[in-house]
Amino acid sequence: MSISVRRVTKRFDEFLALDDVSVDVAAGSLTALLGPSGSGKSTLLRIIAGLETADSGDVSIDGVDVTGRPPQKRGVGFVFQHYAAFKHMTVYDNVAFGLAIRKRPKAEIAERVGQLLELVQLEGLATRYPSQLSGGQRQRMGLARALAVDPSVLLLDEPFGALDARVRAELREWLRRLHDETQTTTVIVTHDQEEAMEVADEVAVMSQGRIEQVGPPQEVYERPENEFVMTFVGQAHRIGDGFVRPHDLEVALEPSGATREVMIDRIVHFGFAVRLDLLDGDGERLSAQTTRDRVELLELEVGQIVYVTAARHTTFA
Amino acid sequence: MGRLGLRFVALGYLVVILVGPLFMMVWRTAEDLDGAWAAITAPDTISAFKLTLLVTAIAVAVNTVFGIVCALVIVRGHIPGRAFLNAFIDLPLALSPVIVGFSLVVLYGAGGWLSWFPDHGFEIVYATPSIVLATIFVTLPFVAREVVPTLREIGTEQEQAAQTLGASGWQAFWRITLPSIRWAVVYGVVLTAARAIGEFGAVAIVSGNIVGKTQTATLRVEDAYQFSYGNYAPAYGISFVLAATAILVLLTMIVLQPKGATH
Repeated sequence: MSISVRRVTKRFDEFLALDDVSVDVAAGSLTALLGPSGSGKSTLLRIIAGLETADSGDVSIDGVDVTGRPPQKRGVGFVFQHYAAFKHMTVYDNVAFGLAIRKRPKAEIAERVGQLLELVQLEGLATRYPSQLSGGQRQRMGLARALAVDPSVLLLDEPFGALDARVRAELREWLRRLHDETQTTTVIVTHDQEEAMEVADEVAVMSQGRIEQVGPPQEVYERPENEFVMTFVGQAHRIGDGFVRPHDLEVALEPSGATREVMIDRIVHFGFAVRLDLLDGDGERLSAQTTRDRVELLELEVGQIVYVTAARHTTFA
Repeated sequence: MGRLGLRFVALGYLVVILVGPLFMMVWRTAEDLDGAWAAITAPDTISAFKLTLLVTAIAVAVNTVFGIVCALVIVRGHIPGRAFLNAFIDLPLALSPVIVGFSLVVLYGAGGWLSWFPDHGFEIVYATPSIVLATIFVTLPFVAREVVPTLREIGTEQEQAAQTLGASGWQAFWRITLPSIRWAVVYGVVLTAARAIGEFGAVAIVSGNIVGKTQTATLRVEDAYQFSYGNYAPAYGISFVLAATAILVLLTMIVLQPKGATH
């Protein structure tokens, strides 16, 4: 089901959380709302869910205006950063909650909960309490609970933000697969650009209550529309009147054309990829991304003077 | 030596302040069991116990509902004056029960602002209603005080989750909020009940202490003591029943409470 947000504004006292925001989410897509904290991304998600009320503007889900509807009548599934697990209920009862509220027959609930627990790989843990689960397991339970009521849209608010890096990567991949299977329209809020790039079909970059750019991850990365998107989505250095990404900085031992003299301050190895931390004559810091092979070929060392050229240079009017 | 000494001081303090008097009372009760039993089973004592039970039940019921509502307003409300409410709710702890009793007499007695009630046949002072009112007043803060921190701790996310899953506000309250604060409520109820059973000062002033009618169990103990003429068995006996009830209630709560649960 598609989601359409039209000219939504929201203030918290003096703070302008959302400033005349409009955005469309296509049916069946997985869209990421990406931005730093305070950019309004969570507020936007909560307004779509009905957990906050917009000061002005409209929200429609599947073409139906739901602006005035409470959360329980919007047919959304919501997943919280800190799980919002029902602590006094077992995993089974947590997942069954939405169906129990709808007074479905016990047999039907049991069947559906069984399927969902299998889907989120918690089959053996139905009788456990949330306090007996790991963070990753709790969040998978949260997802199963949200999916139990067959929501028309699935909304995830920094769902993996409280988890450690490995579990986060695992769940991210798993969410993507789940989305490919169920095709439920999904919106995920994140401040992690890598997460947005990896998991989403469409990324909406937000800053200071506004949407800066919407597009597929690659497009947002390759063709940022402004400085904010350039520097927030992926790394970028200001060089002269424009910006350069670290992997677009080419390192050479000899100067040629428009190059810049720099000293290697540090060499950081990430397996095959290598990051060079560089210091130019004015004391400005840059970093260049290169490969292990290239470092070996050029016999690069800390303290060495090298020359960098920007292979691609982006400027904004 | 330091830690041992500290432990000794703590235990010694408990023995002198708490255990000693209680033990002495039990001891004396045991010395004249027949006398104690006769006093406990006397019709006027039974009547006093019944009155205490009735008053306690009403105070607990009223203050449980009021306490939960108050805590919700203090923690979740967006109304002006909730800080005031938060401070005001502790007033009964600060105020002497004697003053509470006296103010009730002034309010409902002849010439008081609410003397309309007794003037129209609703006896308040020197009747059960005033005892109930006084007890409700002095036990007002306990449930709210226990529930407020727990409500703060659980936050609103679970309720929001319940709402997105289709629960109405009322359903979210019954299925999520109430179970989450249940131990705080139970603890508050226990404290309320214990305080209600033991209330003396306010009740002594408003009840009139009419034997068999408006005499509560604690007033009965006081009477038995005042008019003992050297025979303290009745006072010990009735005291023993009251103390045992309080300890039993506390123990029940400890046994019922699941391991690791916080109140």
